[in-house]
Amino acid sequence: MAKRILIVGGGLSGTIVANGLVRQLGNELRSGSVNITMIGTSDQHMYQPGLLYLPFGRIREHELFRSQRKVLDRRVPYHIDPATNIDTENSTVTTASGKTFGYDYLVIATGSRIMPQSIPGMEEGGHWFYDLDGARKLRGALDDFKGGKVIVNVNAPHKCPVAPLEVTFMLREYFEAKGILDKCEITYTYPIGRLHALEPVAHWALPEFEKYGIKYETFFNTKEVDPKGKKISSEEGVTLDYDLLITIPPHNGAEVIEQSNLGKGGWVPTQKETLLQEGSTNVFVVGDTTNIPISKAGSTAHFEADTIIDNLTSLVKEGRWARNYDGKVFCFVETGLSTGTYVWFNYTTPPNPGPPSQMIHWFKLAYNRLYWLSARGLL
Amino acid sequence: MSERQTIDARGAFCPGPLMELIAAIKLAEIGDEIEILSADKGSAEDIPAWIAKVGHEMVGVTEMDGHWSIVVKKAK
Repeated sequence: MAKRILIVGGGLSGTIVANGLVRQLGNELRSGSVNITMIGTSDQHMYQPGLLYLPFGRIREHELFRSQRKVLDRRVPYHIDPATNIDTENSTVTTASGKTFGYDYLVIATGSRIMPQSIPGMEEGGHWFYDLDGARKLRGALDDFKGGKVIVNVNAPHKCPVAPLEVTFMLREYFEAKGILDKCEITYTYPIGRLHALEPVAHWALPEFEKYGIKYETFFNTKEVDPKGKKISSEEGVTLDYDLLITIPPHNGAEVIEQSNLGKGGWVPTQKETLLQEGSTNVFVVGDTTNIPISKAGSTAHFEADTIIDNLTSLVKEGRWARNYDGKVFCFVETGLSTGTYVWFNYTTPPNPGPPSQMIHWFKLAYNRLYWLSARGLL
Repeated sequence: MSERQTIDARGAFCPGPLMELIAAIKLAEIGDEIEILSADKGSAEDIPAWIAKVGHEMVGVTEMDGHWSIVVKKAK
């Protein structure tokens, strides 16, 4: 009987796993000894990091999207039919249309979602760029903005850990180019006692903030937003006034994870080296979905997916484990509209970012296109 | 009934122990305890400072073999 590999989630990590497995298991797919199926929620695949550029008019909406059917290898059947229950005891996944899929190996790649509704007043009073609708609204708000107090408000947990700093530096340059910088005051708030979770990035950012007159409030965990009074308050007892609030809302995992009792907040307890669900031997978890204390970022998803491809291929072909995930993360950091740097680290190597340069910014712009090769499993 | 969970944040450079704790507290019930394991000495100072600021309860900080165990209780 054919080995059935089922992938739930059609975002970056699920798609890389699917395309990578097809490349490794071509003979088995042809002979019918293996089949790979994906269940997703949309016919479109979105390049999420591109949303950062949208409010500044630096990327066109159509550049963010490809047809998921075209990104995914044609040998993988794709069902746009959201999973409603994942039953790991009986090895089945049920979908919104009422279908039930069985599996021998399951890959859970259901991702994360923003939860502005979890903080009183945030939906009404805040702008964000972490989804298309939010990025469009922020673009409109920036178009209309004539000056005032801007708050970039960061909440935990959130994906793409460098995006809040990037948007802050990009905002400053955007206001400068618009000729309203002298009428703008930017304040950045962060949940812990420095400007970024990564200590070297925080140390680099501090003098940059001071140089550009960007204010900051650390140890700021949002309690509530008052959309009428235009105030934001923290659990730590600080209240700030704003004219434009740009928030990075707290995130949760997918609803189906909580509905299936697979993990609090939608995060699946996952063994950090094998990427297997805790206690499981045939359920892999990848990307934002894990509860591993590691950055929720596209590169994390990519490096985890590569590990899962190797291990699933090896298990199917040779009945043995291939290798463990080493915790690798790589992030570009846009330090303005024309310069950038990057940072990488793993479970044992601390981060050590280099000085920003125009070349790394260009490389990031190139990656905005190369992403589609990553998703196809070619890069 | 109150629960206790352990987050092994050793080797977690980003988002790091305190950010993990903040995220976990949001999902916890009042009275739940959270133990954070951290290889970073700074966490043994930052976490109690933050807990005092927001009004949760410190249960204890213990130096183990090459790491710290920091236990907090959600109080509100």
